[in-house]
Amino acid sequence: MENNLVLRVVGKLLIPFILLFALYVQFHGDFGPGGGFQAGVIFATGIVFYALIFGLERARQAVPDRLVETMLASGVLIYAGVGVAGMLLGGNYLDYFVLDKNPVIGQHRGIFWVEVGVATTVSGVMLKIFYMFASRSVAGNAHEDPED
Amino acid sequence: MSIAAHLPALQVVVPLLAAPLVVLLRHGGVAFAVVTAAAWAAFATAIGLWLQLGQLDAGGVISYHIGSWPPPWGIEYRVDRLTSFVLLLVSGMAAVVLPYSRVSVLREIPRELHYLYYSMFALCLTGLLGITITGDAFNIFVFLEISSLSSYVLIALGRDRRALTAAFQYLIMGSIGATFIVIGIGFLYLLTGTLNLADMAIRLREVESYRPVLVALAFLTVGISLKLALFPLHQWLPNAYTYAPSAVTAFLAATATKVSVYVLIRFYYTVFGESLVFQKLPLPQIMLWLSLMAMFGASFVAIFKNNLKRLFAYSSVGQIGYITLGLSFDSVNGLTASIVHLFNHGIAKGAIFLLIGGIVASMTTRDAVPPAPTFDRLAGLAKRMPLTCFGIVLAGLSLIGVPGTAGFVTKWYLILAAMERGQWWLVGAIVLSSLLAVAYVWRFVEVAYFHAAPAGSQKNEAPLSMLIPAWLLVIATLWFGLDTSFTVGTAMDAAQELVKIGR
Amino acid sequence: MLEHFSYIVTVFLMVAGLFIIMAHGNLIRKMIGLSIFQTSVYLLYIAPGKLIGGTAPIIAPEYGIYSNPLPHVLILTAIVVGVATLALGLALAVRIREAYGSIEEDEILARDNAIEDAEEMRA
Repeated sequence: MENNLVLRVVGKLLIPFILLFALYVQFHGDFGPGGGFQAGVIFATGIVFYALIFGLERARQAVPDRLVETMLASGVLIYAGVGVAGMLLGGNYLDYFVLDKNPVIGQHRGIFWVEVGVATTVSGVMLKIFYMFASRSVAGNAHEDPED
Repeated sequence: MSIAAHLPALQVVVPLLAAPLVVLLRHGGVAFAVVTAAAWAAFATAIGLWLQLGQLDAGGVISYHIGSWPPPWGIEYRVDRLTSFVLLLVSGMAAVVLPYSRVSVLREIPRELHYLYYSMFALCLTGLLGITITGDAFNIFVFLEISSLSSYVLIALGRDRRALTAAFQYLIMGSIGATFIVIGIGFLYLLTGTLNLADMAIRLREVESYRPVLVALAFLTVGISLKLALFPLHQWLPNAYTYAPSAVTAFLAATATKVSVYVLIRFYYTVFGESLVFQKLPLPQIMLWLSLMAMFGASFVAIFKNNLKRLFAYSSVGQIGYITLGLSFDSVNGLTASIVHLFNHGIAKGAIFLLIGGIVASMTTRDAVPPAPTFDRLAGLAKRMPLTCFGIVLAGLSLIGVPGTAGFVTKWYLILAAMERGQWWLVGAIVLSSLLAVAYVWRFVEVAYFHAAPAGSQKNEAPLSMLIPAWLLVIATLWFGLDTSFTVGTAMDAAQELVKIGR
Repeated sequence: MLEHFSYIVTVFLMVAGLFIIMAHGNLIRKMIGLSIFQTSVYLLYIAPGKLIGGTAPIIAPEYGIYSNPLPHVLILTAIVVGVATLALGLALAVRIREAYGSIEEDEILARDNAIEDAEEMRA
């Protein structure tokens, strides 16, 4: 698909907006439908779209494997870290009330960071799954069994 | 608040934090250190919870509110006698298996996957501890899937390609089981409007006569039975145990099915209540016959297996029969036998699979596919690996139930429970089924001690880092066969508490 | 009949999914069956949570009836679990394809049995 001009132009146009929309869904999650899961998947979709049009190799240059693996681990750490922060500030595990003097703001702060963690992990996992499957198919075709 | 108040959360959170941390660090050796430290911390936490529980009155419960939301609205972590006992078993096994797995993993798993192995191990531990400690029905499902998914991965890490098909088969069966469980929980939620197990139990009394309660019970029973490999639903188990890496087999055999039994006990006694499960339905009879089929059928099949790992995998199915047999009696003694056997079988089977791992490691050259421990390769093994063979024999005696080993304690309470109900033929059946265990353990003894070793073989004992953890478990099976104050004492307390709640 | 519509669909999906898992030897088809089976659970939880005329549980003076949001949250988790199971199952299928050259269960079993028979012969 690398030579398809329409796809390349439309892709270049759309991908920044897809990523931006992911951020909108992420940060609007407090007030309306949205949140980390959806935002993470939309973000990953942008990168997958890029990989489909420009090839897996270039996508891997833009978002390297190492970064993806770091993302999927650090998201869980952020989430669990919010829980531990609640514990250190005198509440129970995952207690958001104690994250600020005003419990309402504390709830906002807690859910904000949890959603950041969720989005990071979800986009990391989605990309990792895509990378793994996509790279396998290339390798698999190279050593195709003669009998198939 | 002090750290002591947070122990229930830390029990799950510490291994949970270790898993992603290890992925970030991306180094096999560091991963080993981090996850082992986490497992030891989890074990220490479990001991701490045990001590805290000891200071409470009989029937006391430690309750921890996640996010400071009070139950039944928030998720509650709830520790009672039984919970604490299972937590000790799971975290203790992890603490023993992890130091062992260093050498074993070096020989059996490609180097670039080591940190992922430890990460998966930490996740599996998190899941199993989470299932045990949580007091929330849906939380059980989530943790169940965390532990199951990571155990599929761990099994697929085996070098034999059949590990892949075994993992796939387990994935299909396990997911069906988990989905059945979540359907059952769904029905309970629709009936009661709550997910907190304690609250659910109270509200279920009002709607007990509705038929969906039975539907929920049926789905939960079948789903959990799949997970704990009750006799006709055990097909995933032998392959999974045979082809998984040695350390994984030992850990899963000692913990995964045991935690599923715990979930079954939890639902039967705490949620549905004893009278509904055991007195209005023919469940005790069904369970009795399935258990007997497991004890005889699976043990009989085990005798004819040539692969040592597969032999003891079938023996596991048979031993699970003893656990469910205890449940079917619906008495304090029967339940005590079940709970004690969770522990006793866990340590004995853990020891055996760890020692078999030592045999496999001694036969493996670096980076080669490990050969299957079939009997023809084991001839005269006692000359080459005396300590390993002796350990397997001692743990095998516990499987048989010889007096002085932990297995005897279980059988004693099973027989007591059978005599209580006047079922003398069952006493005979229990003794007779032990003879089958004698047969399969004897097959190993015969080959290892009485067959001539191949010419030119020399002493080739497993490395100490593998022998010491395995022998710790062997000594434990002997210790808990003689001193039963911890195991039987706890199990008796727990059984009495459960029967009291269930009435 | 009509008031049980969602339950009928749920049961149909449940049975259809289980049937596909059992009837097909193809590993990918088994995963599809498993996904359908798990989907039925989503419906089982979500459908009873909806109140006719109920809105999202956002406190506002003009609305009085709210649908139960908890099943949605639970099922969001279950969906994630389903995705993880599917991804892992397909990954295993890919590895099996590389190791055996087939994803048909009977062919895989036949190849394994050949090895096992050889092992038994030696023993």
